[in-house]
Amino acid sequence: MDSLSEIIRNSQIWKSIIRHPMPVDRRNRIVVMLTNFFLHLHPVSAKKQGIALSYTWCMGGITFFLFLVETVTGVLLMFYYRPTVEWAYSDIVALRDVVSLGVLRELHRWGAHAMVITVWLHMYRVFLTGSYKPPREFNWVLGVILLLLTLLLSFTGYLLPWDQLAIWAITVGSNMARATPFLGNEGPGAALLTVGGIDMITNASDARFLTLGARFVGEETLNRFYVLHCVAIPLGAALLLAIHFWRIRKDGGISGPL
Amino acid sequence: MHGHLSQAEFLAGMAAFLGVFYLSLAIMNAIAAAFLWESGRGVTLFRVNVFGLYSLPFTTPILWLLVATYFVALSPLAFSGDPYMMWWVSLPTVVIDTIDYWVNPTVYTVGSLVFFGSLFWMRRFFVKPVVAWSCFNLVLLFMGFSMTNQSFSAIVTKADNVPIVGLMFLLGFFTWLATSRAVANDDRALRGEPPLESVDNEKVLVWPDLVYTELICMVAVLALLLVWGLLLQAPLEEPASSVKTPNPSKAPWYFLGLQEMLVYYDPWMAGVVLPSVILFGLIAIPYLDFNKLGNGYYTISQRKFAYLNFQFGFLVLWVTLIVMGTFLRGPNWNFFHPFETWDTHKVEALSNVDLSQWFWNDLFGVARPKAPEGSGGLKQFLYIAYRESPGIVFIIGYLVLLPPVMAATFMRKFFIKMGFIRFMVLSNLMLMMGLLPLKMILRWSVNLKYFISIPEYFLNL
Ligand code: HEM
Repeated sequence: MDSLSEIIRNSQIWKSIIRHPMPVDRRNRIVVMLTNFFLHLHPVSAKKQGIALSYTWCMGGITFFLFLVETVTGVLLMFYYRPTVEWAYSDIVALRDVVSLGVLRELHRWGAHAMVITVWLHMYRVFLTGSYKPPREFNWVLGVILLLLTLLLSFTGYLLPWDQLAIWAITVGSNMARATPFLGNEGPGAALLTVGGIDMITNASDARFLTLGARFVGEETLNRFYVLHCVAIPLGAALLLAIHFWRIRKDGGISGPL
Repeated sequence: MHGHLSQAEFLAGMAAFLGVFYLSLAIMNAIAAAFLWESGRGVTLFRVNVFGLYSLPFTTPILWLLVATYFVALSPLAFSGDPYMMWWVSLPTVVIDTIDYWVNPTVYTVGSLVFFGSLFWMRRFFVKPVVAWSCFNLVLLFMGFSMTNQSFSAIVTKADNVPIVGLMFLLGFFTWLATSRAVANDDRALRGEPPLESVDNEKVLVWPDLVYTELICMVAVLALLLVWGLLLQAPLEEPASSVKTPNPSKAPWYFLGLQEMLVYYDPWMAGVVLPSVILFGLIAIPYLDFNKLGNGYYTISQRKFAYLNFQFGFLVLWVTLIVMGTFLRGPNWNFFHPFETWDTHKVEALSNVDLSQWFWNDLFGVARPKAPEGSGGLKQFLYIAYRESPGIVFIIGYLVLLPPVMAATFMRKFFIKMGFIRFMVLSNLMLMMGLLPLKMILRWSVNLKYFISIPEYFLNL
């Protein structure tokens, strides 16, 4: 008599979704890697030492996983959160006090901190194994940009709860933009950019204004950071991640002694 | 902050946490002992002679079992929550007083350099599992003993600071792991053997070998995140108010290294130029490092130059400054050692002088040159340039004249291998990185404020 699991696995529905038999023998372990969308990022086989946990620390993988966790929890948070000065704070309070599954915000915030840490550790590992050396130079460059995007994601998210911690941290951070050489209104050289005696760089047209959308952290900033945090930067990061992973394969898989 | 609690109330509140903490440390050490015993990986540290009859080996499992016993003994003391009992699990006052007396930004920064330097020079010693595990235990013990201090526990357990405590332990662990593999590989290279990474390195199927590892990592990370989220609530302060400025106002922790640089450099340097240089420098690494060795395996001796530069930038500057900005900087960005209460009224005398002030006023005993009232823009500019000429000459000399000197002396080989442009990029990146410690030292030793001080153009360096 067929067991229940066999009945399911022989059904038309199951077979239409999962196209390969159970990966219990060599042939099917290869097939599974080739036919499953989620697994096809990987090669079918790899050097044993390259995939060893003590070599990669799985740090890039963990960073990617945290990116996914942030995406999922972030979408759930967006259901409850309105990015306006009027509502932002009280929506966060409601998330804490009223919404069931009360750890959503915690998962998202601690996940973000964790992602900053793991991305540093990943970079640390890549450096210490010299994996940026030819032919992987460009993947390192992509990595540095991903590192920057990770930090910017964290930074833009910091403002959204609209509490004291948030606006003052962002104020401290964005005040620096005011001092950008030439492009900040208190930056060296900005005074040189005048046309016919009219300053081109003022506190309403400088780099800080561009970041904040206003002269100080306010409604416009919240909107700007919200869009950056929820749409623009994640999309950019997702694209770069796709290329990052593609390049690992094209550069000959995870590094190892020549 | 817990400032309003009496010490007795505070200790009673810490009791359960600390009791569990020591119990966990005991279990951790017992597991280590059991693991070493089972796997036969224990080492004999020395032998004890019993009445000249037997010579009993004192092995690592025995050592960790003793340590575990010690922690078991600490646990009830901590659980008691009684101030007299907990005296036994607190730092002695003399230690706190010593820290109070000695620690300041100079000692902290130089101390970190010495600390990382000695870890590096004695890496063969520190990678030994016995030594590393002892250090780990000692750090945990120190943390535990410090937790009975209100100021220390307030700053360490502040929800947003917990990740940095985690970061320190993770960095410690992974640095140890990487260094011990590098040391092993360097030893093998001396014997003419290939690195460990090429031994037993046949191709294996990704299912199951990699897919399972990833799955386990995913489950572990998710579990950790859930526990973290359940134990620690995400911080939420009062609603934003543009009139009430908190003191200190801190940037998010991963940018605190930059905020710490503000002590030494103006925002255009600390917030814009230096971060851009850091990013550019990171991107440039693969194109500057011409060393073909050490690609795809852990090693230190085969790429010492790259290794030391990176570690100086990452561990000594970036991480150390973040730790300082998070734990040691309080109201008004004053320095507070970890056992000090954050007092908003603490004042630190600031009497820093600009290079041009020192040059004209002190060295030549004249007033700084100043354009006569009502002179035109160009004249003003020339006077300012004249006034600041010592600093301008110094900076130009530093960034323009030093590279050729480096190329001609200790970096000759680099120059020949890299060619003019690449060498210029490398040497200037190194010099830019050096600007920070340079300014720190000058600030501490001669109270230098700016090399070049042109507030007229917002150009202070
Ligand atoms: C969002 C951030 C990032 C994610 C999700 C990510 C993900 C990954 C993954 C999954 C791998 C496979 C090997 C491993 O897990 O170690 C990898 C490899 C690599 N990553 Fe990243 N990475 C990120 C950021 C970075 C950064 C910041 C750098 C360097 C500055 C970097 C440089 C590299 C390089 C050079 C490799 C190839 C390493 C080798 O072949 O050994 N990545 N990355």
